[in-house]
Amino acid sequence: MKLESKIPEGPISEKWTKFKSTVPLVNPANKRHLEIIVVGTGLAGASAAASLAEMGYKVSAFCFQDSPRRAHSIAAQGGINAAKNYQNDGDSVFRLFYDTIKGGDYRAREGNVHRLAEVSTSIIDQCVAQGVPFAREYGGTLSNRSFGGTQVQRTFYAAGQTGQQLLLGAYSALERQVGLGNVKMYNRHEMVEVVTIEGKARGIIARNLVTGKLERFFSHAVLLCTGGYGNVFYLSTNAMGSNVTAAWKAHKAGAYFGNPCFTQIHPTCIPVSGHYQSKLTLMSESLRNDGRIWVPKKQNDDRHPNDIPEDERDYYLERRYPAFGNLVPRDIASRAAKERCDGGYGVGPSKMAVYLDFKYNMMQKYGRTEASKHNIENPDDATLLRLGQEVVKEKYGNLFDMYKQITDEDPYEVPMRIYPAVHYTMGGLWVDYNLMTTVPGLYALGEANFSDHGANRLGASALMQGLADGYFVIPLTIGSYLSGEIHTKAIPTTHEAFEAAEKRANERIQNFLNINGTRSVESYHRELGLIMWNKCGMARNEKGLNEAIAEIRALREDFYKNVRVPGTDKEFNPELDKAGRVADFLELGELMCIDALNRNESCGGHFREEFQTEEGEALRDDENYKNVFAWEHTENNKWELHKEELVYENIKIQQRSYK
Amino acid sequence: MKHSMKVNLQVWRQKNTQAQGNFENYSVETNPDMSFLEMFDVLNEQLIHDGKEPVAFDHDCREGICGMCSMVINGNPHGPKQAITTCQLHMRSFNDGDTIVVEPWRANAFPVIKDLSVNRSSFDRIIASGGFVSVNTGNAVDANNILIPKDIADEAFEAATCIGCGACVSACINASAMLFVGAKVTQLSLLPQGQSERQSRVVAMVNQMDAEGFGACTNTGACSAECPKGIPLSVISTLNREYTKAKLNGI
Ligand SMILES: Cc1cc2nc3c(=O)[nH]c(=O)nc-3n(C[C@H](O)[C@H](O)[C@H](O)COP(=O)(O)OP(=O)(O)OC[C@H]3O[C@@H](n4cnc5c(N)ncnc54)[C@H](O)[C@@H]3O)c2cc1C
Ligand code: SF4
Ligand code: FES
Repeated sequence: MKLESKIPEGPISEKWTKFKSTVPLVNPANKRHLEIIVVGTGLAGASAAASLAEMGYKVSAFCFQDSPRRAHSIAAQGGINAAKNYQNDGDSVFRLFYDTIKGGDYRAREGNVHRLAEVSTSIIDQCVAQGVPFAREYGGTLSNRSFGGTQVQRTFYAAGQTGQQLLLGAYSALERQVGLGNVKMYNRHEMVEVVTIEGKARGIIARNLVTGKLERFFSHAVLLCTGGYGNVFYLSTNAMGSNVTAAWKAHKAGAYFGNPCFTQIHPTCIPVSGHYQSKLTLMSESLRNDGRIWVPKKQNDDRHPNDIPEDERDYYLERRYPAFGNLVPRDIASRAAKERCDGGYGVGPSKMAVYLDFKYNMMQKYGRTEASKHNIENPDDATLLRLGQEVVKEKYGNLFDMYKQITDEDPYEVPMRIYPAVHYTMGGLWVDYNLMTTVPGLYALGEANFSDHGANRLGASALMQGLADGYFVIPLTIGSYLSGEIHTKAIPTTHEAFEAAEKRANERIQNFLNINGTRSVESYHRELGLIMWNKCGMARNEKGLNEAIAEIRALREDFYKNVRVPGTDKEFNPELDKAGRVADFLELGELMCIDALNRNESCGGHFREEFQTEEGEALRDDENYKNVFAWEHTENNKWELHKEELVYENIKIQQRSYK
Repeated sequence: MKHSMKVNLQVWRQKNTQAQGNFENYSVETNPDMSFLEMFDVLNEQLIHDGKEPVAFDHDCREGICGMCSMVINGNPHGPKQAITTCQLHMRSFNDGDTIVVEPWRANAFPVIKDLSVNRSSFDRIIASGGFVSVNTGNAVDANNILIPKDIADEAFEAATCIGCGACVSACINASAMLFVGAKVTQLSLLPQGQSERQSRVVAMVNQMDAEGFGACTNTGACSAECPKGIPLSVISTLNREYTKAKLNGI
């Protein structure tokens, strides 16, 4: 199949406007007969389900948690971007567009990203109207902060809980529609199959996680808003339940998978503390506004950080990237931390950590301002620190508390220890401009699709994309498909396609239960994660990737011989849920390695050691790889590669530089 | 690495909603830096290894924000420490050799699903009854057209940080949901956006709360003391005031 991105014709700034005024619509009477399934209730899913229901479609929404409000979006900390230019610092739609394309190392589509930048401003309006309590200035206007990879202040936030507040806004809109009877909500349900009839998505099979029953649902269109697959690495900042199952089943039903190896490793996370570690905790990028990153200049320096004098500290980001300093994009900051730790400069018990230090800004930036505000002349260091601590507490208090809770160290007194961790997946289901996958009627929104972030996502842009997709893009783009479906009557779920899909799901479940081996699902997940982290993580090379592929295949084989899944399929059985998810990760991991192996260049978060500049920066190959890899699943764990060429008409592509 | 420690657990086991439950005893090798839920992971790994059924418990984010985790530990929802969730508790809060009793939330409106997992959908239904601002997508004015003084915005934010975990209900001898409902009502009554539905909202939410079988509030204050987000008791006074006002206006 030839990949058609369906980007509208015309100048970049007019594409979306033109699309909006020409896209076919569905009239209100017909909307009532059209059913839409929304799988996932994070920012993308909740906003889509609410908006589509408001428009009059019949919506069913699904999530695996006990409430739609608990989707992983709830955990986003730092903020959401929008080109409002409220700070009068020269921001614009074009600048946000430009920053996002450049930040993504020129591997995202111009048309999609420009649209994202255009609708970004309406997102903030919508959220404020819902009562989302963003941070404000004394005059009552909205407050902004900076994030990496930009030189303007365009990030809106609610302390360190921006995702929570945005999701609760979208959730309240969703629950309003549930209350009005326009959305039927299925919580504790996990989608395990997409049902296709004559090539079109016509519904899903979902497992009721409380009773274990497989249930069938028909719809005219299916929207997957199921989040990212960072948990393929076992340890990540994602929630424990985040998984690839929905996207993977869609992939097997014909949806191509875009750039699977594009993974974001976030530079500032709390380091691993022991073998029992179950997940990693992010320390928001917003902390890099005020925290300076350093390691000792001496290798294996065991002194307490507060005993290391200024001139014996290496502020390596400020040294290497003077223009952006501590605010370089994530991929660059992560690799720089790895480089220092691999070189023997790491700190902490494991030596796999660097310092994130607030003292300087607490005293010199905030302490001094506060002192002058309170007319304190010649404040001593202790006063500056005390005043500065109060400001920092207000800005990041919850993050500092979280850090202390986990490490038992007080970051107001001692610098934080941080290390990169898997955080986000730019890759995902391939979608066109309408957010439709290669299966007609099957859409992917939010982190589940591959669309807007290229090879590296800028901070505060995932929340923006999720809400853009759900509130403003899908409500319009879905019309171009559903307007052709108004004559399709609801198909009874006794149809053979539903029978067959349910049978497939059931066979998988019975298989897991019957293996009756000796190893827990968790142990396989850990082992897979380690392979992925070591060989398909921050740095990749041909040899390692080939080894990883062989190791994953062997592990998968072992899983199907030796895994033990206790309990039955007729009850609440979290181990069985986990078995299905890990089985899918065991396949996805292989595809990620194949993807990384085939992309013979470095770009953004994808760093192939064979392709780097003399200074150790990523070396792109625009001649051969200015494209999207879209993988088609052909038969059991075999794939065929398709490529979508990327065209840059409005941005001159260059070597990305933050020096 | 820190020294290892051993704890004895008495864990509530209940096969399903209908079944009778009982406590089972286990002992687990752990260490002070392990989180409480990681200690449960170790226990479950052990149980699976021994061919037994692992303990079912709810959790997801494991960083105190999703509101999914929910264990009553030695009689306290979310354990002995203040202002944290179960998933944020670490074993360093216990001593070697301690016996720890772990139970699910207990309330009629939160039936047990299995072991330590309960059904909290009643909270969703309360929000669906009125915990929102009725504004369809696309109907918003420019965000800075709505000016909100910083102190009001901050107060609304504090109330909005409720994670919907249900510890307040579990802590209350009456299983009252006033703190949860009060938090949402307070957030939306403070903000200009919430004004047009201010009175109908509070009445609808309180009616739904009663219909779900949550108890009445007798001002014991246990809810706020156990709330991981420190939602203050003042939201309950706000709720009462808002409700009375609406009722006086005949809503
Ligand atoms: C710790 C952390 C902090 C972050 N901070 C920021 C930030 O400050 N700014 C920013 O822009 N981005 C941030 N991000 C990224 C951002 O939060 C996510 O990319 C975004 O929230 C994803 O939203 P989503 O709607 O696509 O998916 P999610 O919120 O992950 O929702 C997925 C939904 O799908 C459901 N689901 C999944 N599989 C199934 C299935 N098989 N069946 C049924 N339901 C299913 C789940 O139940 C859930 O409802 C952060 C991410 C993390 C991990
Ligand atoms: S008020 Fe506190 S205890 Fe109650 S649900 Fe909200 S966060 Fe949990
Ligand atoms: S698991 Fe999310 S709050 Fe504890």
